Amino acid sequence: MTKYIIRRLLAAIPVLFGLSIILFAFIHLLPGDPAVALLGQHATPELTAEIRAQLGLDQPLWQQYLAYLGQLLHGDLGKSIITNRPIIDEFLLRFPGTVELTVGALIFAVGLGIPLGRYAARHVQGFGDGMVTVISLLGISIPIFVLGLTLQYIFAVQLKWLPASGRLDPRIAIEYHTNFVLIDTLLDGNIPAFFNGLSHLILPAIALGSIPLAIITRITRASVLDVTNEDYVRTARAKGLSERRVGGRHIMRNAWLPVVTVIGLQVGGLLAGAVITETIFSWNGVGRWTVQAIQDHDYFVVQSIILIFALIFLVVNLVVDIGYAFINPRIRYA
Amino acid sequence: MTETTIAIEQGGGPMLGVAPPEDVLLDVRDLKTYFHVMDGTVRAVDGVSFSLKRGSSIGVVGESGSGKSVTALTMMRLLDIPPAEIVDGEIWFDGRELVAMSDEDIRHIRGKDMAMIFQEPLTALNPLFTVGDQISEQIQLHMKVKKREAWDRSIEMLKTVGIPNAETRVKQYPHEMSGGMRQRVMIAMAISCEPKLIIADEPTTALDVTIQAQIMELLKSIQQRTGASLMLITHDLGVIAEMVDDVIVMYAGQVVEQGHVDEVFLDPRAPYTEGLIRSIPSVVGRGRRLKAIRGTVPSPFNLPPACRFEPRCDYPWDLCRATEPELYQVGAPERGARCHLYGPAGRGHRSPVVGTASVEGETESTEAARPDAAQVFLKSEQALEDRRQ
Ligand SMILES: Nc1ncnc2c1ncn2[C@@H]1O[C@H](COP(=O)(O)OP(=O)(O)OP(=O)(O)O)[C@@H](O)[C@H]1O
Ligand code: SF4
Ligand SMILES: [Mg+2]
Repeated sequence: MTKYIIRRLLAAIPVLFGLSIILFAFIHLLPGDPAVALLGQHATPELTAEIRAQLGLDQPLWQQYLAYLGQLLHGDLGKSIITNRPIIDEFLLRFPGTVELTVGALIFAVGLGIPLGRYAARHVQGFGDGMVTVISLLGISIPIFVLGLTLQYIFAVQLKWLPASGRLDPRIAIEYHTNFVLIDTLLDGNIPAFFNGLSHLILPAIALGSIPLAIITRITRASVLDVTNEDYVRTARAKGLSERRVGGRHIMRNAWLPVVTVIGLQVGGLLAGAVITETIFSWNGVGRWTVQAIQDHDYFVVQSIILIFALIFLVVNLVVDIGYAFINPRIRYA
Repeated sequence: MTETTIAIEQGGGPMLGVAPPEDVLLDVRDLKTYFHVMDGTVRAVDGVSFSLKRGSSIGVVGESGSGKSVTALTMMRLLDIPPAEIVDGEIWFDGRELVAMSDEDIRHIRGKDMAMIFQEPLTALNPLFTVGDQISEQIQLHMKVKKREAWDRSIEMLKTVGIPNAETRVKQYPHEMSGGMRQRVMIAMAISCEPKLIIADEPTTALDVTIQAQIMELLKSIQQRTGASLMLITHDLGVIAEMVDDVIVMYAGQVVEQGHVDEVFLDPRAPYTEGLIRSIPSVVGRGRRLKAIRGTVPSPFNLPPACRFEPRCDYPWDLCRATEPELYQVGAPERGARCHLYGPAGRGHRSPVVGTASVEGETESTEAARPDAAQVFLKSEQALEDRRQ
């Protein structure tokens, strides 16, 4: 098992390395000069040249890349052109918001998708199954921004049940320790603030989680149906086990396998979707920051975010694969 | 040929709704299991009756699709309803009737008093749990013992079925074992709660020839040691001859012949049984041509109107196309053959060559040509022996 993890970690290194090259080249081929963007209307040829020299932009590309790589290896992502603060600090400030949002979306998608999929499988071809199919098709086909704006309009603007934007009511002051609203409020025992934060999370989490919800539902349904026809399920019944135990232990445990893989793959989609969702719901996270950085031509920030997201994606999938190996003994010793 | 031609009463004799005598462990009466599918209704089991005494064994033979597995699965109440429906009949097991029993009650019999071994050892075990886990799950459930005790008993069971290093094996997953080993695990599981009846549905079909004989021997020795009854489903007539006391021959969802295994094999009465036996190499013997039954099994949606075997039979006459034959008594009270030849109308039509004597090219009288018991069993013994090598 340890060997397996080490092997997977080593395999991630060339991926990240390659990605850094592609990103670097890509960002530097984009039109627009960061120095000009930084100076805005104050830009003069002299000032621009000076800034370019400061940022190292006047060096040959390969030198710039080597310098960048050297920084990366020291864990240094560079500074934001706009704020002149270390990117890693800015990132850590916003990342908890994105984690809260994506985890919320994932809990919504898994927590609802698995029971729905199981229900559909148990009532296959019936009315309930049909409803679940329709809902999940809708979930897949509605774009996040349409769903997000619709939810916002109905539940925030019209019904006023839930807040429309932000992570917390601006009138509530809380102390930040980890930058996770839900954790920090709990740490301080500030329960009203916790629920306020939670109420802010609901709409964006649903908007972001709808596509994974649809996919997880479909996969769970298909997987349960598949497993139900397996010989070992008949064996389990032949042993005299209750339907509850047959379903919960012998069917579900096996049905989880493809579902777990799919959940891992959803994380990439969730990070991408977070960019849109955070923008719609004014959610202070990495996604909204990305949009801002692109508008500001803050290339180093964009580059760093993509690299970190790629790293997260790799790590999450590694964790998922380890989880998979944990459930499935057939690959545990491979 | 002076046997009486009284029809064996449907339901095996005793009145419906009344429990059979104490010494009868299993009494299946006029069982009908149909499948309602898109193309129509499959009468997979259509009026099957047989009974099994405590400690004895019965074989079920018949071509693919004749309803052998469905009969067993109906007894275990393991069929999905729908598409299956138990249309009629009674299953008396250990003094209780199973068809009308609640799902909850049947669960306490399944795996406890009646255990089943399936054809596919490779897929019949859950890949995600150790074999010990899967055996102890059943022991814990039925024997009401602690996990530790159940685990120890699992090891005990693995030893009983001849698995070496049981203490190590018990912690292994199915994929770490060979097919034969997994079938031993299935057997260990089946006998773990001291069942009164073991149903084995083609337990060796998926295995290597060399392993087949070992598994069969294991089953037989376990049955003799534990005193359990055995219902063995197989295509292999040689195995049946070795393993069981009585046999029922099934064709298109019905029993077409039943009786003591020696009698049925030495003196088959139903033309279908005769055909089956003529297709065994060891009975026909070297130098004689094997004769497969001509034609194919009828489609379950399009069964012949009267005798279901009529299109493939060598001795049919117009009655066979008009009226369905009953299971007529032939010889001993428990012997029966579903064929008009043994019915009241059969006398004039009785062919002089019914029996194994009608082997290709034989023209002598029935008695002279019929192989004797020793001959048949020597040869089937030989066949088993061959298979072991
Ligand atoms: N789940 C099902 N749905 C519909 N028809 C079925 C189902 N299971 C069995 N049947 C039908 O019932 C009939 C009897 O099948 P069964 O499996 O009992 O045959 P068998 O004698 O065990 O054959 P084999 O030797 O191939 O195992 C077949 O015609 C089969 O197609
Ligand atoms: S009833 Fe007629 S057709 Fe059917 S098996 Fe007997 S002889 Fe053949
Ligand atoms: Mg079968």
